[in-house]
Amino acid sequence: MGKTISEKIFSRASGKDAYKGDIVIANVDGAMMHDGMAKLVLDAFHEMGGKQLWDPSKVAAVIDHVAPSANEAISVVQKNLREFALKHGVNFFEVGSGVCHQLMIESGLVFPGGLVVGSDSHTCTYGAVGAFATGIGSTEMAAVFLSGKLWFKVPETLKISVEGKLPPMVFPKDVILKIVGTVKADGANYKAIEYCGSTVREMDVEGRLTLSNMAIEMGAKTGLIEPDRKTLAYLRSLGHTAQMGYKSDEDAEYFQKLFLDVSDLEPQVACPDLVDNVKPVSEVEGKEVNQVFLGSCTNGRLSDLRVAAKILRGNKVKRGVRVIVTPASRMVYMQALKEGLIEIFLDAGCAVCNPGCGPCAGGHQGILASGEVCVSTSNRNFKARMGSAESQIFLVSPATAAASAVEGKLTDPRRLLKEA
Amino acid sequence: MKVSGKAVVYGDDVNTDVIIPSKFLTLLDPTELSKHAMEGIDPKFVEKAKNGVVLVAAKNFGCGSSREQAPLALKYAGVKCVVADSFARIFYRNAINIGLPVLECPDASSQIEEGDLLSINLDEGLIVNETNKRVIKATKLPGFILEILQDGGLIAHIKKKGGKIRDL
Repeated sequence: MGKTISEKIFSRASGKDAYKGDIVIANVDGAMMHDGMAKLVLDAFHEMGGKQLWDPSKVAAVIDHVAPSANEAISVVQKNLREFALKHGVNFFEVGSGVCHQLMIESGLVFPGGLVVGSDSHTCTYGAVGAFATGIGSTEMAAVFLSGKLWFKVPETLKISVEGKLPPMVFPKDVILKIVGTVKADGANYKAIEYCGSTVREMDVEGRLTLSNMAIEMGAKTGLIEPDRKTLAYLRSLGHTAQMGYKSDEDAEYFQKLFLDVSDLEPQVACPDLVDNVKPVSEVEGKEVNQVFLGSCTNGRLSDLRVAAKILRGNKVKRGVRVIVTPASRMVYMQALKEGLIEIFLDAGCAVCNPGCGPCAGGHQGILASGEVCVSTSNRNFKARMGSAESQIFLVSPATAAASAVEGKLTDPRRLLKEA
Repeated sequence: MKVSGKAVVYGDDVNTDVIIPSKFLTLLDPTELSKHAMEGIDPKFVEKAKNGVVLVAAKNFGCGSSREQAPLALKYAGVKCVVADSFARIFYRNAINIGLPVLECPDASSQIEEGDLLSINLDEGLIVNETNKRVIKATKLPGFILEILQDGGLIAHIKKKGGKIRDL
């Protein structure tokens, strides 16, 4: 019987002929933890009697969730994480380096065909380069640090084929919001997703990262995309010697196959307070906005900043609205500087913050007050996510975010394109 | 392993941001965390749970972030077991690893009402609803998972095994 990408990766990593439903113990190729979960991971590691890591070169520690620290309690956690990272010689990413998921890709700790775990649910992002990557808890992460191993149930796969050319001002974020709205919050629970089809093949790797990033919003373990020449070119451009990884066999068995034609897709909006509450922008246009967030592991990359800058160039942020721009990494920030994007943001009246998670995780840099509305390019709009339980978050593409910043209300970016 | 308690019932897609809002993640003591359990969805939960309850939910309980503080907050608030039609997978694993029993039971939300007294046999994967005398079948947990729960979580389990990661 043929195998899916997931079955091939688990077969390699476990040394068994693994198929969906099998429970295997697999060797992981990479493990990432960040400051948000660091205390629980380190406490568990020490309580388990941990003295050294199974392989520090495969471990990453990132300070990104509240970076720089916003209070003394967080500073203590970060101090302990920093000391642990330096003592054990793991790959350490200090305040200002960027969002953990972007850094894992940029640093080459993720590669096609690899098995990677992270103490963060959006670890599924690395599926975009053909790695089986998934979020795990803190105690499990400590067990991985000790042993380099973890048990997994090999998942079934949901195959999502996306076909058609994206219309102007419609982006990978709109595609994934449409998919989440269709599959719903638990539609891929316990499953792997494979994204395929002509739209995905045409998409650059940054756009693919946006698709894979939100696989967890459907409950999926990971969001895989078959590696191709673009994947290798992207990884090589970052200085890594990447190999091709795995493709699914023609006769692999899937849980389900879904098709989506995006040739007529409108910009999409995930409305409060569930990610699968997705509507076309035309249905929610006009909602007044207090804060706009451009950034995160979903949409803080260069292509995202370029689109937003194109809309903001020569425009001003509406009076009474604040815009927070957080590049996904230092590398992204520096390139955006060179291209003049940061100057455009500053000219327009945005606050440009250091690379990191920004306000997405609700720890700092843009906490919402009761009654406030945020339009955000991030991945979650749950109640109380970014502050008050009485605030609202609308998830959109960078284009829709930028257009909304200019107008001061939720705005279809195609309007500004017409005027431009 | 057996647990019992009265049911507190919630609906679909209860996410980790409402189980423990992110602003409380900086609280490092589980008892402090537990004072805010379910605060995003039910401000009376802590009062309801303090003498021990079984939390019952519909589908996709615990979706969202990988924060282990979510099952920790529930456990320390007095939740003896979470029974749901289905779970989000990271929450499910986290609960087991911190020693909070979880049982997947597709009929949970249709067969259990707020306040029902439940007796749960984890080894058999059976729930007895003492209030309406119905027996509800749940998905039986694999042996090695039961063993982790019996030991009180993954840390205690690994300590018991002398720092070794168990084989299947």
